[in-house]
Order: sequence, then structure tokens, then C-alpha cells
Amino acid sequence: MTTVQPHETTGVAFTLNGEAFGADVEPRRTLSDVIREDAELTGTHLGCEHGVCGACTVLIDGQPARSCLMLAVQADGADVTTIEGLAAPDGSLHPVQQAMHDAHGFQCAFCSPGFMMSTIALLAENPSPTRDEIKEELSGNLCRCTGYETILNGVETAVRLMGADRGGAS
Amino acid sequence: MKNPPFVYHRPDSLEAALALLATHGDDAKVLAGGQSLLPTMALRLGPPEQLIDIGRVPGLDTIEVTDGAVTIGALVRHATAEGSADVADNAPLIAQAMPLVGHRAIRNRGTVVGSIAHADPAAEMPAVVLATGATMLASSQSGSREISAEEFFEGYLTTSLRADELLTGVRFPAWSPGSAGAVVEVSRRHGDYAMVGLACRIDVDGGVITDAALAFFGVGATPTRCGPGEEALIGQPPGPDAFAAAAAAVADDLDPTADVHASANYRRHVAGVLTRDGLSTAVEKMGALT
Repeated sequence: MTTVQPHETTGVAFTLNGEAFGADVEPRRTLSDVIREDAELTGTHLGCEHGVCGACTVLIDGQPARSCLMLAVQADGADVTTIEGLAAPDGSLHPVQQAMHDAHGFQCAFCSPGFMMSTIALLAENPSPTRDEIKEELSGNLCRCTGYETILNGVETAVRLMGADRGGAS
Repeated sequence: MKNPPFVYHRPDSLEAALALLATHGDDAKVLAGGQSLLPTMALRLGPPEQLIDIGRVPGLDTIEVTDGAVTIGALVRHATAEGSADVADNAPLIAQAMPLVGHRAIRNRGTVVGSIAHADPAAEMPAVVLATGATMLASSQSGSREISAEEFFEGYLTTSLRADELLTGVRFPAWSPGSAGAVVEVSRRHGDYAMVGLACRIDVDGGVITDAALAFFGVGATPTRCGPGEEALIGQPPGPDAFAAAAAAVADDLDPTADVHASANYRRHVAGVLTRDGLSTAVEKMGALT
């Protein structure tokens, strides 16, 4: 049983991009704010902060979730992956990042981290989705530049890149 | 857009959660998946003084099937129900509703029972509760009780759950082999709240419809059954003639609200169309057309 008074803090610990992370936080603070301000990983973007835009999407135990709609205390013990956790230690891009780059899937790129986290979860479940399936699965992410076509092209490029990585047909 | 301060409680047993509700019920909100509660808190719409996070309460994350009836625990997430063979086999209306609930990232966190307790009149699950005649399982320090679907939804975001009660689960009755049902909706974008939606069920015996439920969502302050539409079906063979008669009765009887998304007349029209389409989909999917 834990009780925390207003403006008091409590300890929270979770795995962040493969490394242990801990902080003392007010329970009212969202996971997204703790990722950005305490862990200083500002790749997770905040658009609407009430669950509409999808920019703040991260992976919780491998599944996409809106980090603005989670209190940091709810992530205690979880495995959290953000956009910073995708590239290899040598800086080489994740295939989804490379594909978005190749397909010009970025305009202002504010929405890109959320789109890419959603895409990674989609392709983990369904490695060769149809364009309609991609549209449906990414419908929770908004792009204010309306660059949707190139984003969808980017996902399809990622399908090909990742299929080639697995040695399959493109 | 930042949450206001609150007292945070994380009980580690059901007893502790009920004790907190007994003490703080009127000033408290229960946090399960948080996909409806946290946006309202971020927008500071009536934020609670006390937040009771039941996320670590054991025993509430189960899907149980007993004699065909499916009981969904308070911590079962939409995504879990969506992927459950038990739900798909025994509670087809829930399975049909799940893909329509929000987006993938929302379904990964939000809970089925939380959506029912939140009682948004435009959400899918409250209408599924009405269409199936599900039973709400409420617990408090003074004991447990069951609340019928008809008695549960009282108004906009308002249920008959008392302030000291926790909705620990919802039991959906066994789905009979002669039943057919569907959940259909019209929304501006995939994953949005429906402008109008319908959860429908018909029971067919001896080639005629013996019972019917047409539960609409997005048409008023609560999910709403349409009696005249249901009466138009009973005693008729399931098919285009009966469905057209039901659609006409629905369009004539429903009195939907108007808002920025749709006029009342448009909603009434769409409700009729959904009646025809939903019932047709139901018999196609479930093969009950005899």
C-alpha cells in the first residue's frame, strides 16, 4: 500500500532503452514528462498531452502506448523503449528510421517518433501489412504537415528492408 | 495540460482498495487503464482529490468462462480481450467491438470494465452491455452486489455505482447458438468516437426471431435501446423485410441529440441505416439466417 500526498514524491524505477532508470517523481507527473525532463530524452514529443495526437507514443513491454496518458508511477517495473532506443550503439539507424529517411517520410518531423514507435510495434506483429492495414494501425498518429503518403511509403519501405534483413523476398 | 495535484493511493489488495473507497469515495476516482480518466484530468475537468490506482490489485486481470458466461475482470485491457480466444468464442459482441475502440495504443492500456464504469454514451462497450444483458459486479466494504444492464447507466458519464463501490468485473451471459449479433458504427475517422453506433443481437428459434436488442451509442446521454425497433423484429423471420421494418421503426422512434459533429436528423437517418446493416452483418457473420 502506497500513499503519496500532493507535491510529495515517490520512487519509480523502470527499464529505459535497455538501461535501469530511477527517479523520485510526483505521482501526478506523466511518463512523457519524466522521460523528457528527468531522463532528458527529448525525442518523445508532446503534441496534445491528452491522448489525441500520438506524438508521445512509446513502447511499454514492446506494445505502443501514449506516454502522456500514463502516470510515471504506472510504469514502475516496465520495459520502456523510446525513439532514442532504436539506433544501434554505433549510430546506424533502425530499419524503420532508415526507411522513413529513404522515403522522405519526414517533413517537420514532430510526429515522426510516435509514427516510428507505432510502426515498429505494427511490423513486429505483422511483418508484411497491406497499405490499408498500415493506415488502420497508424490511425492513432496525426501528422499536421499531412505528409501521410510519404509516411505510408516509409512503412512499406521498412517492410522491404526488414524482409531483406530476414533473408526473405522483398 | 499537466495533471493537477492529488493524493495518490496504490492499494495492493482488494480489501485495501475498498477501504480507501469507503473513506474517500466522494472525492476519489479509480485509476485502471487511465485512457479516459487521464485526459479529463489533463484538461482539469473535475479532477479528483484522491486517486486510487488499482493497477497492482491482484486477481482483477482475469477472463473467466463459466457455462458459457464470460466474466471480464476490472484490469483486463482492451487489447487482451481483443486477442482472447475465450472472448472470441463465447462473447462475439465484445470481440467485434474491440477493434472499434480507440486506437491500438489506447487499447493496449485502456480496460474493458473501465470503459463501462466511465459510461461514455458514445463508447462501444456500454452498448454491448445493454445488447447482451450483462451484469455489473460491484464490491464495497459492506458486501458485493450485482447490477443489471438496465439499472446501470443513469446519465451522461453517470452510473448507479455508489461512491464506495468498485466495479470488479462484468459478466456477459452465455451466447446461445441461435444468437446473431454485430457492432457497427459511423465515425469521422477510424478510432474516433462514433457519431452513431449500434450493438445488436437477435435470438432465432424455429426460423423466427424470438428476442432482439438494438442498443445505440452516440445518440444521447446514455446508451439507448430502441423498443419499437426490437418489437418490429420479434416473431419475424430474420431477413431483409424484417430488418427494413426495424430500420424504419428506429428512424421513427429515436430522438438523438445534435452537436457539432452531426444533426439529430442525420443521426436518426444513420441509426436506421446501421440497423439494417448491423442486422444483415449479424446473420452473415453468424450464419443464423435460416
